[in-house]
Amino acid sequence: MTKWGQKDLLGLENLSREQIELVLSTAESFKEVSTRGIKKVPALRGKTVVNLFYEPSTRTRVSFEIAAKRLSADVINIATETSSVKKGETLIDTGLSIQALKADVIVVRHNASGAAAMLARHVGISVVNAGDGWHEHPTQALLDIFTLKQKLGKIKGLKVSIVGDIAHSRVARSNIWGLTKLGAKVTVCAPELLIPPEVEKMGVSVTHSIDSALSRADAVNVLRMQFERDTGAAFPRQLEYFKNFAVTEERLKKAKKDIIVMHPGPINRGIEISSAVADGKNSVILEQVTNGIAIRMAVLFLISQVRRKQ
Amino acid sequence: MPLENIKEIMDRQSIENALTRIAHEIIEHNAETNEIAIVGIRTRGEYLANRLVAIIEKLKGAKLPLGLLDITLYRDDLMIADSQPVVHETNIPFDVNETNIILVDDVLYTGRTIRAALDAFIDFGRPQSIQLAVLVDRGHRELPIRADYVGKNIPTSKKETVVVKLNEIDKQDQVLVQG
Repeated sequence: MTKWGQKDLLGLENLSREQIELVLSTAESFKEVSTRGIKKVPALRGKTVVNLFYEPSTRTRVSFEIAAKRLSADVINIATETSSVKKGETLIDTGLSIQALKADVIVVRHNASGAAAMLARHVGISVVNAGDGWHEHPTQALLDIFTLKQKLGKIKGLKVSIVGDIAHSRVARSNIWGLTKLGAKVTVCAPELLIPPEVEKMGVSVTHSIDSALSRADAVNVLRMQFERDTGAAFPRQLEYFKNFAVTEERLKKAKKDIIVMHPGPINRGIEISSAVADGKNSVILEQVTNGIAIRMAVLFLISQVRRKQ
Repeated sequence: MPLENIKEIMDRQSIENALTRIAHEIIEHNAETNEIAIVGIRTRGEYLANRLVAIIEKLKGAKLPLGLLDITLYRDDLMIADSQPVVHETNIPFDVNETNIILVDDVLYTGRTIRAALDAFIDFGRPQSIQLAVLVDRGHRELPIRADYVGKNIPTSKKETVVVKLNEIDKQDQVLVQG
């Protein structure tokens, strides 16, 4: 049987195919817990999970909180806006203080790429990356892959297109690592300036045409255009982006009839995706949200098993 | 392990006889009610529960509801276990309230698995009663738990291992004691 063997989850780049499959199969078993009358199991009773979020988030933070609570862990949320971070405390000092409070897991989101890995090197307790800069967002990719697998039965051989600001997207990066490890064929699609240099080295194809990204794809993952990260010249205007890259009903007519449409949320309706598609029969956007709980339960469970033995 | 240290305690026929007897006892003991359900504890309890449902269907003409229980998340050694526990799916497709539940497992030993199963079950509701059926009771209880239906009592030492093999996953029906 596959060993998990890691105290942290920092990204999918450093996980093996077997480890990714272990998370998926564990999540499969955890899905049932959320359908019970009493949605709780005692697996992490007496453990404390701290959500440390340096960036705004609704669904990821709530999803981690619900996942931890359904495992009977205690959860503390630290919003950095109202914490000592405002007084200039560094990430490492905050992490060491949380460790001194005898917490067991830190779930961290930070705007700097590599923040979670740095924190994990400085604390002995578990660290879960809930998104670090442009680097990785592993639980989002895992829940995307889990949803795909539930819908289509397998990942190997699937054609998956990722559309949007690939250059600045941690969701794209984690999805690419995970999907390619499991044998999917990944195509990324964006305006030229939003494709990172040498992205082909990650094992993906590149296109600048939304129609070619959609044709023959089994699934399309539509990324949110992060206009709040607008860095100026490289960014297209919203209307221009909708015209050239949005996933619309018109464009889906030329795609496979049962193409799966995913979106990590929050949705910018009428920018990267039309409302009709977001709410349409191909969309699995809300199932992704539900599946996120099972994935995060599986991750919290697996990392907690490892740390106990050290 | 040298061959002379392995003893066959039950074969295919004696396992079948034991399950048939347990099925009769379950029917007799629950004669006053129609609200009975069989729940197998994963892994091997699942197959024994399946067989009990089939035998009872033959005897009574009624197919009892069947559930599966994975107790991994309720284990009291979860955080000290040597090997990484594998979580399997639990599936209880009926309302447990007011129902008489027959829990089914292969071996009753320390009683800790049953303690975990009772806790897991209480999270689904309030059964009318919970009864326990096991293929083998090997003694050495560490908790105040006993079985209502026992296929065979096997006196063992703690150094020995009881191995239950079932056709569904082990390709044969057999109970062995090693040690």
